[in-house]
Amino acid sequence: MTYDLDNLKIVGTRPIRPDGVDKVTGRANFGADFKMPGQLIGKVLRSPHAHARIISIDTSKAKALTGVKAVIVGEDMIDIAHELSQTGETAIDVHDLSLNVLARGKVLYDGHALAAVAATTAKIADEALALIDVQYEVLPHVIDVDEAMKPDAPVLHDDMFTKGLDETPTTPSNIASRMEMGLGDVEEGFKHADIIIERSYKTKAVHQGYIEPHAVVANFAEDGTAFVWCSSQGHFTVRDLCAKLLGMDSSAIRVIPAEIGGGFGGKTTVYIEPLAIAMSKLAGRPVKMTMTRAEVFRATGPTPATSMDVKIGVTNDGKIVAADCEFRFHAGAFAGSPVGAACMAGLTPYALENARVVGYDVVSNTCKSGAYRAPGAPNGAFAVESAMDELAQMLKMDPIEFRHINAAEEGTKAIYGPTFKQIGCKDVLVATREHPHYKSNLGPNQGRGIASGFWFNVGGQSNAAVNVHEDGTVTVVEGSPDIGGTRAAMAMMAAEVLGIEYERVQVVVADTASIAHNDGTGGSRVTFATGIAVTNAAEDVVLQLRTRAAADMGIDVEDVVWQDGSAQATKGDAKSMSLADIAAKAARTGGIIVGRSSINARGAGPSFATHICDVEVDPETGYIEILRYTTVQDVGKAIHPSYVEGQMQGGAVQGIGWALNEEYFYNEDGLLENPGFLDYRMPVASDLPMIDTVLVEVANPNHPFGVRGVGEAPLVPPLAAVVNAIYDATGVRMTELPVTPIKMLAALDAYKEAAE
Amino acid sequence: MRYEVADSVAGAASLLAGEAGQSYVLAGGTDLLVQLRAGMISPDLVVDIKGLDETRTISESGGAYTIGAAVAGAELGEHDTLGTVWPGVTEGAELIGSTQIQGRASMGGNLCNASPAADAVPALIAADATCTIIGPDGTREAAVADIPTGPGSNSLGKGEFVVSINLPSRPANSSDAYLRMIPRTEMDIAIVGAAVNLTLDDDGTCTAAKIVLGAVAPTAIDVPAAADALIGTKLDDDALAAAAAAASAAANPISDKRGTVEYRIKVAGVLTKRAAKIAYDRARKGSAS
Repeated sequence: MTYDLDNLKIVGTRPIRPDGVDKVTGRANFGADFKMPGQLIGKVLRSPHAHARIISIDTSKAKALTGVKAVIVGEDMIDIAHELSQTGETAIDVHDLSLNVLARGKVLYDGHALAAVAATTAKIADEALALIDVQYEVLPHVIDVDEAMKPDAPVLHDDMFTKGLDETPTTPSNIASRMEMGLGDVEEGFKHADIIIERSYKTKAVHQGYIEPHAVVANFAEDGTAFVWCSSQGHFTVRDLCAKLLGMDSSAIRVIPAEIGGGFGGKTTVYIEPLAIAMSKLAGRPVKMTMTRAEVFRATGPTPATSMDVKIGVTNDGKIVAADCEFRFHAGAFAGSPVGAACMAGLTPYALENARVVGYDVVSNTCKSGAYRAPGAPNGAFAVESAMDELAQMLKMDPIEFRHINAAEEGTKAIYGPTFKQIGCKDVLVATREHPHYKSNLGPNQGRGIASGFWFNVGGQSNAAVNVHEDGTVTVVEGSPDIGGTRAAMAMMAAEVLGIEYERVQVVVADTASIAHNDGTGGSRVTFATGIAVTNAAEDVVLQLRTRAAADMGIDVEDVVWQDGSAQATKGDAKSMSLADIAAKAARTGGIIVGRSSINARGAGPSFATHICDVEVDPETGYIEILRYTTVQDVGKAIHPSYVEGQMQGGAVQGIGWALNEEYFYNEDGLLENPGFLDYRMPVASDLPMIDTVLVEVANPNHPFGVRGVGEAPLVPPLAAVVNAIYDATGVRMTELPVTPIKMLAALDAYKEAAE
Repeated sequence: MRYEVADSVAGAASLLAGEAGQSYVLAGGTDLLVQLRAGMISPDLVVDIKGLDETRTISESGGAYTIGAAVAGAELGEHDTLGTVWPGVTEGAELIGSTQIQGRASMGGNLCNASPAADAVPALIAADATCTIIGPDGTREAAVADIPTGPGSNSLGKGEFVVSINLPSRPANSSDAYLRMIPRTEMDIAIVGAAVNLTLDDDGTCTAAKIVLGAVAPTAIDVPAAADALIGTKLDDDALAAAAAAASAAANPISDKRGTVEYRIKVAGVLTKRAAKIAYDRARKGSAS
C-alpha cells in the first residue's frame, strides 16, 4: 500500500526519539556497560611488526600465572575453508576472518592479534600478555597500494593468485583481483573529445572514528550455548560469524544488542567477540573484553588507502563523450576492499554512453579494511569530481551547469547495470544552484568548490512484529540496531499506519533469539527495508483490527475502513471502533493481535548529493578553514527530517576530516604512528561552521512512504568539494589527501616558484 | 605504587627525597595520568601537591606575580589582572587541551613535563620568568629557561619540584603574545610556537624584545637575533621580515608525524612576525599598567 505523501499526520514531523532520554541522561547501556558476576577480563596480544613469520608462541608462563583462567592462540581456532558469508551490504570471507581474529603462521600488520588471555583482573591479564614469548622472523613489508602491486613487492599470501584476469597467473602476488565494467566504446568516445583530461589521485586510509570502542561480554554455559552482549551494526551477523568461526550452531549463540556508540560501517564484522566466547568456554566463566583506542585504530577496519587514475573526454559544449578510470584499493592484510563499489559509484551521477572502470583489490601490511559509510564511493568521487572540476575550469563553464548537462536522470543506464527510475540527481543540482550560498560573495584567499556523489543504498532482509496491547498501546519489535534514529522512524511509520499517536508506540530492537534474522544496519537500509517490514506488519494489524471490528459490528470486513485510528463502517449504521476498543476485546475475539512481516526488500532508491564548500587558505601557513558548507541531497521522503539532516551533517563533517587531516600515518617500519585521537585528527566542533542542509524530496516509488536511504551519500562529495574549493582559493590543485597545512604550504610554495 | 597527598611544601619535598624508586609529582595530572595509563611510566610514588596554598595561589606584589605551579589554566585566564599584564603568558597556558583539561592543566606541569612543544613555556621564557624550586637542600630560584633540558627531561634534582613561577614587574608600554600552529583549532600539539615579549618607548619604538620559539628544537629556544631585528624599530615590514628570517634561521626542527623540517622553519618565521605584531598592538594600547 502507498500513502498520500501530502497528507500524512506523523511522517515528516520531528518528535523526540524514543532512545533520546536514556542517551542524554547516561542511562543507556552501551557495549562496555554490561557486567556479569564472576566475569574475567580478556586481553589480546598484538603483533609489534608489520609482517613477520611466527616461529613459536610459548604461553606456558602466562598460563602458570595465578589468576589467569584461559589463554588461546591461533592454533586453538578451527580451520575454515574460504567461504563468503553474506552480512547484508558486504560479504566476509570467514577463512580470512578467522586468521584476522587470531593470526596463524604469519602476522600481517602492526596490531594483528595472535594470542588472547582471560584473567581475574585487567592487571593480571596485562602481566600474562607480557609473559607470552613469541619468536618472530621479521619479513619485509609493504604499505602503499602502488608499491604492493609491484612484481618485487613482499608477498603477503603465497596462495593469492589474481582473480579476474583472462588467465590466472601462476605466481602469487598482492593483487587479489581485477574487475572491469563498462558502457559503450571508450576508445571510440575519446575520438570525439575536444578536451581530454588525465589525472592521478591518492587517498590515505581513514578510520570511522566511532566514539565507542568494541566491547563484549560472553558467557559460555555448560550446555554448549553462549550468551553474548555487545554493540554492533548487526547482532545476527555477530551470531552467525561467531558460530562459523567457532564451529557452533547459530541457535546456540544468543546475541543481545547493546546501544551502539557509532559504527559508520566499522561494526559489521567481529574481532574480539569470538575470542571472548572461546575463552569463556575454556574458563567456565564470563569473559569481558574492551578494546583500547589504540587497538581500535591498529586492528579494526578503516577504509582503504587508494590510488586512482581518471581520464575524461568532453566536447567544447560540455558533453562527456568518454570516461575511463582505474581504481587501485588496498584491502589491508586480506582481500576485500570496497573497490567494486567505487567502480560502480564513481561515474554514476552522470549519463554516459562510453565509460570503463577497472578496479584492483590489493593486499598490503595494514589492518584489514572495513566498511565505512558508502564504502569506496568517497574515494572514487574524489577522483572523478576533482577531474570534473578541472574540466569545468577548462571549458570555462559553471561547475553545476557542467554537471547538469551530463547528469543522470530517469532512464539513464548506470555503469553497474540498472536503468534508473525516479531519481533526484538533476533536482539536487538545480537546488544547489538556486541556494543563496552558491550566489554569495567570497573574499581574498577564499574559494568555493562543489562536488556531487552517488550511493546505491540497499534493501535486504528485515522482519518485524507489531504487538497490540490490551490498553491500546503498541510495541514494534524489530531487529535492526538503531544508529541514526531508526527507532523513531519505525514508531512514526507504525503510528501513521495505525492512525494513533506516536507516543503510544514503543519500539524494541530484539535480540537474536527473540526475532528472526535481520541483515545488519548498513547500506542505509533500515528506514527503507525495516521500515517496509514495520509498515507491512502495521498493515497486517489494521486488517486484523478491521476483521475483528467487522465481526463485532456484524458486517463484512470489506465494509469496514480504517481511518483516523478506528474501524469505521461504510455500510449501514455509522459505527466506529477505535484501536483501543478492539484491543480491549481482543482476548475474547480471537486472542491478542500481532502483525507480522518478513521481507527481502528490493528497489532501494539511490541517493544523489551535491555539496558546496567555502574555504579560506592561509597563504603563509597553509591552514585551511572551512568557512561555509551546504549539503543538498535527494533524500526520498524524510520520515524524521531532523535525523535526515543529522545524517547529512555528520557525513559532511567526516568527509571534511578525511579531506583535511585524517590519515593512517605509518613509519618506515610499517608501524602505525598515530593510533589515537591526538594525532589522528578528526575535526573538532570549533573547526567547523554550521553545516547547512537542503532536503530534496524525490519519493522512492518502492517504499510505502517514499523512503530512500540517506546515511551514506553525504560522505561521498565532501573530499572533492573541499579540494575544489582549495583550488578556487589558491589556483593549486591538490591530488593527494589529506591536504594538511604542511602539504598545502609546500604546494603553495611550489606553485609560486613555478609562476616566478 | 604509593600515592601521597602532601600536607606542606616541605613535606612534599621530603616524601620525594625519601623514595628510592621512581617518584612523580601530581598537580593537574593531565600529562602524568595519561602517561601512567599508557604504560609509559611506572611510578613507585606519586605525591599530590595540588592541595597546597603555595602551589595554588596567584599573588602580585609591586607588579611582579607569583603563580603557584599547580594553578590551573582556567584560573590563570580568570585572574583580574594577569591576562592584561601578561596576555601572552596567559594565552599560552590557556591553549593547553580543552575546556575540561583547562580545569586541571598547570603551567608548572607543562614546564616540568618538558615537551619541546609545551605551549606555556615559550612565553614564560620570553618574559624572563623564574621559578621557585624546593628540594632536600631547601629553596632555590632558577630561570624557567633552565628547567627543560630536552624532550621529557628537566634539570630538577632528586626530590626537587617547582612550587611557583615568578613573573617580574615590567615597564610601561610592554606586552607579549603567543601563537602556535596546529592543524585544528584546539585539542592539539603545536607544530610550531612563537612567543614575543616587547617594551616600547612612548613613540612606539621598540626598546626591548625577547622572542622564543617552541617545537623547533629539543627545548624552547631564545632567538636574540630576531629580537635585535625589532629593537629600535616600530615594527615596520622590513623589521618584521628580518625578525621572521632570524627566527627561521634559528629553528632547528625535526620531521615527524606532525610536521616537516621545511614547514616548521618557514612557519617559525610567520608566527614570529604575527606574534610580534600582536604584542606591539597590545603594548601600544597601553595594556601594561
